[in-house]
Amino acid sequence: MTQRDDLVIRVAGEAGEGVLSTGQLITLAAARAGYGVLTDSVPPSEIKGGHSLFQIRLSSHRLQSRGDTIDILLAFNQEGYEKNIGELREGGLLLYDSGDFTPPENPGTYRQHALPLTDIARKELQFELGKNVVAVGAVAALFGLDPEYVKRLLHQRFARKGEDILNKNLKALEAGINYVERNIPERGTLQLESSPPSDQKRIVVSGNQAVALGALAAGCRVYAGYPITPATDIMEFLASELPKVGGAVVQAEDEMAAIGMALGASYAGRRAMTATSGPGFSLMVELLGLAAMAEIPVVVVDAQRAGPSTGMPTRQEQGDLFLAATGGHGEIQRIVLAPVSVSDCFTQAVNAFSLAERCQLPVVVLSDTILGVRTESIPTPDLSSAKVADRLRYEGNGHAGPGLESGYRRYQFTESGISPMAIPGTEGGQYVATGLEHNESGRPRSDAANHRDMTKKRMNKLELARQAAPPPHVYGDEDADVGVLCWGSTWGVVVEAIDVARQKGLKVAALAPRMLWPLPDHQIKPFLESKRIVLVPETNYSGQFAQLVRARYLRDVTPVNEFTGAAFKVSQLLDEIEGVYQHAR
Amino acid sequence: MPDNTAVAVKPLDEFKSEEKPTWCPGCGDFGVLNGLYNALRVKGYQTKDIVLVSGIGCSSRLPFFVSSYGFHGVHGRAMPIATGIKVANPDLKVLAMSGDGDAFAIGGGHFMHAARRNLDICYVIMDNAIYGLTKGQTSPTSSVGFVTKTTPKGTPDRPINPLLLAVAGGATFVARAFSGKPKELAELIVEGIDHKGFAVIDCYSPCPTFNKVNTFKSYREETADLPPDHDPTDLTQAIKAAAAADPLYLGIIYRQQGESFEDHIKAGQTGTEADAPRVLAELFQRYS
Repeated sequence: MTQRDDLVIRVAGEAGEGVLSTGQLITLAAARAGYGVLTDSVPPSEIKGGHSLFQIRLSSHRLQSRGDTIDILLAFNQEGYEKNIGELREGGLLLYDSGDFTPPENPGTYRQHALPLTDIARKELQFELGKNVVAVGAVAALFGLDPEYVKRLLHQRFARKGEDILNKNLKALEAGINYVERNIPERGTLQLESSPPSDQKRIVVSGNQAVALGALAAGCRVYAGYPITPATDIMEFLASELPKVGGAVVQAEDEMAAIGMALGASYAGRRAMTATSGPGFSLMVELLGLAAMAEIPVVVVDAQRAGPSTGMPTRQEQGDLFLAATGGHGEIQRIVLAPVSVSDCFTQAVNAFSLAERCQLPVVVLSDTILGVRTESIPTPDLSSAKVADRLRYEGNGHAGPGLESGYRRYQFTESGISPMAIPGTEGGQYVATGLEHNESGRPRSDAANHRDMTKKRMNKLELARQAAPPPHVYGDEDADVGVLCWGSTWGVVVEAIDVARQKGLKVAALAPRMLWPLPDHQIKPFLESKRIVLVPETNYSGQFAQLVRARYLRDVTPVNEFTGAAFKVSQLLDEIEGVYQHAR
Repeated sequence: MPDNTAVAVKPLDEFKSEEKPTWCPGCGDFGVLNGLYNALRVKGYQTKDIVLVSGIGCSSRLPFFVSSYGFHGVHGRAMPIATGIKVANPDLKVLAMSGDGDAFAIGGGHFMHAARRNLDICYVIMDNAIYGLTKGQTSPTSSVGFVTKTTPKGTPDRPINPLLLAVAGGATFVARAFSGKPKELAELIVEGIDHKGFAVIDCYSPCPTFNKVNTFKSYREETADLPPDHDPTDLTQAIKAAAAADPLYLGIIYRQQGESFEDHIKAGQTGTEADAPRVLAELFQRYS
């Protein structure tokens, strides 16, 4: 085994047998020790039991993707071995719980050792539940994690359960470390440096948790949702937190109800959100149109999964962009944002509320399975940048806003298209919100001139949004001839592919707009114009973003599509870059 | 039943908007609108504190004819929108007004959940057993054999009994009214508003243009007041009265006390907006 600056460890076994808790303990301890940490797992599905895996990638620097291959596979059972051994890299290390099964002789392309977790726990410790902590100790010893970090975590987790339980767990940790030190000769080559200690405070959260934290920080106070993989834990998180700040979470009867409740709450003056995945988002589109027509701010998170229909609930796909940007009858004004990483999930949730309030529009946040379940060690978000300005409100009693005539008209024509919104309870602001075409006062009208002017008014808000697009992610060499234009969770893989390309002497630039609809011309156009070849990698079949870009800029781009339900690999994008590189020169 | 209309405190005009009703002459919905005006002035509410939520259909146009706040949503989704409004601001007086198609067909899935949630609103369903806005098709409350352009051989579907549905769903106030009896209707709306919890009033509101079967005349013949000894707190009596076909009873069929959804939400709220910075700091600590 050669020394490397990152390490990918996968723990696999029966769901509910501690795969997740083993992985989470290692992740948190490693993050506290200063490692860059990025995890991947199969989100909980509808069926109990079955195969489960948790993958941790560690490095001394910040990580952007899950890693192409596995360095260490820790298999708790036969199925965990069979399902994952194919991804173990050449020269990698297989550890298996010999109390559960013995794998066949391997073809010599990797090393394998027994790690008798069950036996150590049962016979040596007489503490069968300690199996996971033995595993944590073993893995920690493999890459040289200071056991103090794990001990502190065990204290936090088990101290309130009594000294006996705590001591048993500490002994289990010790047993795991000792076993590896005595029996696994490869441990010397797997040692991984952590980054130097820093004052910067960090948290370890998933993308879904980061979305929920961002929403909370941005002032979201009403959440309504219907459970769906892989978005449910956003709702679970907020269900315990929103009541602490005077807010509320409602579990709706379906997704139409969920967005309807969010619209009702926002109409009544509180910032509101719903989160779902593709199938639920399809149902919500009806009321997305209502939000646009009645000009009610609302945030909708779509954690995309592989489709169509029920598709593959636990797999990823960037397949909902067309639906988010253009879906629905009529021409629905909406903003679409896409986060690229866990920390960006926080930022984009805040951006979503900010834009929704400012433009009085529905804002869709296109996350996905990978981002939703991934945990990362990220800098603790800065709350001062999460302040969201309130929508333009009608103050009541004839006090119109600045530059407005007295007398209240909910949909008054203004230069920006933004009209002051009255909140029920405000005297003088009485109006009826409606999905019917209406005049400035909100009364149903269907004459031609009114519809023309009202359509323009609503469409103008998209220009406002376009100008207000949050800054894009940029990477690589700005003066490169080859560009990669991408969105969402594909970004991290692109960044790592560019790092490798650079080592090979290739110059590549990358751009990921945070706003996908309306397309931020001032960000995308100069990028397109300065590149000879632009690759657009997306995990979908039809190249949805590529099509939107072509249609708006009349510029051809090179789509690169992966539609297996998995993310791109770094090597795959590197091949694509190398493939076009000669043509660009 | 107390005669609440005798203590009217506000002039009727205060609740009328400048928008003129779009209904056909002789539509039952005029009676419901007048009943609502009367109920609101009896309650003495300020129009700024009232929100009328509706869906789509002839009857769902009603919020435009009242000078309060309103939300004319999309077809069938009045209940979710009303839920969101009440969760955001439980102090608002929210009434939902829509038709039988809105409530029991496209919105049928929401109806029973609003009922079991015991949301503190009053929901008046203007039941004409026909789709009027689309010019006369069968509805969930139309009788078996009802002939319309979409059911030329008569509908085979059995009608929904809104009262039984409401009771089964967990509504805590279930009543039947008739647009042809505006005084009693206004009193029922007042009772429904006063009731803490989900109050359903299924109100016969004939469509003289498209429904020639269920008319003011037929309802006058088929309906009767509940017997004076009817006990609305008795579930068995309530179900029996709701299921009765001859006569169709008018009045409060069922009434029960129970925690409202808003009370449940309020009881769960352990902090306020002022706690947000501390809550976020604690979360960051928990995940560090």
